[in-house]
Amino acid sequence: MREQIPQKIIHKYLRQKKHFPHVWCSGCGIGIVLGDIIRAINLLDIKKDDIAMVSGIGCSSRMPVYIDVNTLHTTHGRAITFATGIKLAKPNMKVIVITGDGDGTAIGGNHFIHAARRNIDLTVILINNNIYGMTGGQASPTTPVGDIATTAPYGVIERNFDICELAIAAGASFVARTTAFHTIEAKKIIAKAISKQGLALVEIITQCPVIYGRFNKKGSAVDMLKWQRDNTIPVESISKMPEEKKKGKIVRGILVNKDIPEYTKEYEKLIENVSKPQNYTKTHKKI
Amino acid sequence: MQKKPQGKILENIRASKKEEREILKITPGEVEYGVDYQKGPVYIYYDWCKKCGICVAFCPTKCLASKKDGTPYVKYPEKCTHCEKCDMLCPDYAITGAINHNSD
Repeated sequence: MREQIPQKIIHKYLRQKKHFPHVWCSGCGIGIVLGDIIRAINLLDIKKDDIAMVSGIGCSSRMPVYIDVNTLHTTHGRAITFATGIKLAKPNMKVIVITGDGDGTAIGGNHFIHAARRNIDLTVILINNNIYGMTGGQASPTTPVGDIATTAPYGVIERNFDICELAIAAGASFVARTTAFHTIEAKKIIAKAISKQGLALVEIITQCPVIYGRFNKKGSAVDMLKWQRDNTIPVESISKMPEEKKKGKIVRGILVNKDIPEYTKEYEKLIENVSKPQNYTKTHKKI
Repeated sequence: MQKKPQGKILENIRASKKEEREILKITPGEVEYGVDYQKGPVYIYYDWCKKCGICVAFCPTKCLASKKDGTPYVKYPEKCTHCEKCDMLCPDYAITGAINHNSD
């Protein structure tokens, strides 16, 4: 096979000779998100060796298999805990966590909340496709009320999570939401999230045409991308819009961006303080 | 020795793949296309394409079109403006509309 391949920026970062074409279904949005992440890394011009990508289990968590950086494919829901370990061992490394909605907020929900509370310097990219795709379409915490899943054949009656609200409440320093359709916006937001000191959450709404779309009659991948285009509004234009237009729409853009003390920096400070000889004797006297 | 896959279904699949290659004028193992891609503005990598139809639906100038089975092809090469929308929206990284896609 000749070396003539499309999308040269993307192909610099892929393990293209091993695992391609990839495992995701026709029209799945996770491939688009991987493209956005690669373009963001290329924009920031970070070396491949300085990035670690960690994931759990699920459709979205299959992503580290395809990208040629330091990767770790871990147990279900525990991606953030493994990433915390990497970050503390190698504080200069950019650690990106890829989770899905079920992996990040149901099984690993507790880890997610506490990573946000601790404000450790991770970039959590949460790909929200509203269902457990890989295991056959069970209802996830973000499946909207009334929608059909394998475990909810008459419609879900539980209220769904707003992941961004959850992260803001838990104290994350950077919270943003985009969709798979808005690729340029997603690229910029991911680049900002990677360069941010502290926990950065980026929720990306993607389409699942094969399982969620088929159960709920949402149409093809194209129809679902059009839905994302028509039913989201940028956070900058909220104040200008009339009330009727805002009804039922999802807000996208950077929702929170604040500077608060970061965990690894604080940890290093603590080590420095305690390892001074005068402080060492003081602490011992107290005991 | 490699075992040859047996059964009617597999035979049908093989026959359909052969047909597909003939339609697209691809010889197995090498990438060759109906449109001479050195001149063509858009380059499609058919080995990775999953025929989802996203590139055709969101092309702003309607330069692309799809065949009966959903395979995209460049219908109006002169309409392409190299906006790279298809690059960004393709989930399989199988298409590029970038200007310098065939130069190193």
